[in-house]
Amino acid sequence: MNLLKVLDAIDRRWVFLWMGLAVAVPILWIGLTGRTFPETPTPAARAVYEAIDSLPTGSLVLFAFDYDPASSGELQPMSTSLLRQCAAKGHRIVCIALWPLGGNLAQETITNVIREDYPNMREGVDFVNLGYQAGNEGVMKVALTDFIKAFPVDSRGQAASKIEMLRGVKRVSDFPLLINVSAGYPGNKEWIQYVITSSEGKMKMVAGCTGVQAPQMYPYYPAQLAGLLGAIKGAAEYESLVNQSIGGIAPPKYLEAQRRMAPQLFGHLLMVLLIIVGNIIFFANKRGDLR
Amino acid sequence: MTLRRMIPMWIAVIGGFVMLLSAFVRPIEGIGENFADAFNVIAAIAVALGAGSLLKVNLSKISRREAGWGFAGVILITFAITLIVGLLKIGVHPSHDFPAALFSGKQETADSPFGWLYEYAMVPLTSTMFALLAFYVASAAFRAFRAKNVEAVLLLVTAFIVLLGRTFAGVVLTGWLPDWASGLRFENLSVYVMQVFNTAGNRAIIIGIALGVAATSLRILLGVDRSWMGGGDSA
Repeated sequence: MNLLKVLDAIDRRWVFLWMGLAVAVPILWIGLTGRTFPETPTPAARAVYEAIDSLPTGSLVLFAFDYDPASSGELQPMSTSLLRQCAAKGHRIVCIALWPLGGNLAQETITNVIREDYPNMREGVDFVNLGYQAGNEGVMKVALTDFIKAFPVDSRGQAASKIEMLRGVKRVSDFPLLINVSAGYPGNKEWIQYVITSSEGKMKMVAGCTGVQAPQMYPYYPAQLAGLLGAIKGAAEYESLVNQSIGGIAPPKYLEAQRRMAPQLFGHLLMVLLIIVGNIIFFANKRGDLR
Repeated sequence: MTLRRMIPMWIAVIGGFVMLLSAFVRPIEGIGENFADAFNVIAAIAVALGAGSLLKVNLSKISRREAGWGFAGVILITFAITLIVGLLKIGVHPSHDFPAALFSGKQETADSPFGWLYEYAMVPLTSTMFALLAFYVASAAFRAFRAKNVEAVLLLVTAFIVLLGRTFAGVVLTGWLPDWASGLRFENLSVYVMQVFNTAGNRAIIIGIALGVAATSLRILLGVDRSWMGGGDSA
């Protein structure tokens, strides 16, 4: 009972410390050993992989980076793997962003994946970053009828109408696949509502989202969304699939999602423990045992 | 009704109907596109309004020496630095297409001062803010997540299933279950909770919201609901 009394009156800074340790120790452990937990892909993660894999080589893929650095810890690993699979498959990738800082994240991902590991891919021919465009759903509406008008220049300042890989692209539905990694509004939901439903089945969409958004996105899978990556868990499952298919020893940048599962495991275990202890205290208080 | 309210109302009515019909009637698709362009222009102007509001709120905080006025000063200084570096494209090289034009380059490139601000100020600051949530969620779970009634117990059980099923703990705890009982493994239960219970509940909410949005939009398009113009005149 004494322990419960102590825990009942505990300063919340102790809880902060435990959470800090639950996250920091596994990070250090993984950093030192390089070991990760095995992942079994769920159907939703496997569907994302298959949607990209089933496209003919050289297909145009539209990749919308609708998040910012606040959620990049959760979303960046999946963006990296998604771009890697597209590049490995030989697809032509068009990156866009409806979040102000999304364009920078797209550029970073291009640098980390394409420029470092696929140096033969040429900018403007095999990939391009059209950057950020203000206007949220307004941009989507314009892209429905005139994609170039919605995204008139690339990140280098070159006119989109002069970019080789965009010749023949009139509408957004000319892209057979849309990949959207999003942390909120505008994001997955808006792309489905404004673009996917209007494309009359011409365009497929796969999405990645934060853990908070995932419950809201499941209703769209598998009809409007061909595949869904929910938070870092979905990213880890998908990452393991991509690593298996490409083969060889994956460098650390392609293991980021799986590496983050260990801090998540101990963070979740601590949460479960705290909830159980909190409830024991609650019932002990109710019975008057702690008076 | 005064002209001040009549003109915006008619812009909304005409713009709304054109946008609505342009999805179904090909000949007016172009007009719908023009309205979408206008929307984008207004969205861009809203950025300036937001900046003005930021200045007004923080300057008044400083002038009144309110609690935390120093932070308001930090906001204004960082705002000014970012704005000047971004607008004047300080340290940005001209674009390849127009090498003679001074401001033709993009300021988002990693080697520019604007890119530096993004990489070394914006990224760590926003990531830190988001990461702090874990600490507050843990503290809140300890203090407030109580099995007070049947609904709370259901919520607790669901939380345990999802928390454990989304990590390797689920595999360790229930991985021994035979194949015929594999549906009871935490990782499968977690998928089941998300795809069945969650989907059913969320679809009901989405359909409800959609009906509400359709009804409200119709009221605005028909000029019945004018509360969006402010001033308390809802009809």
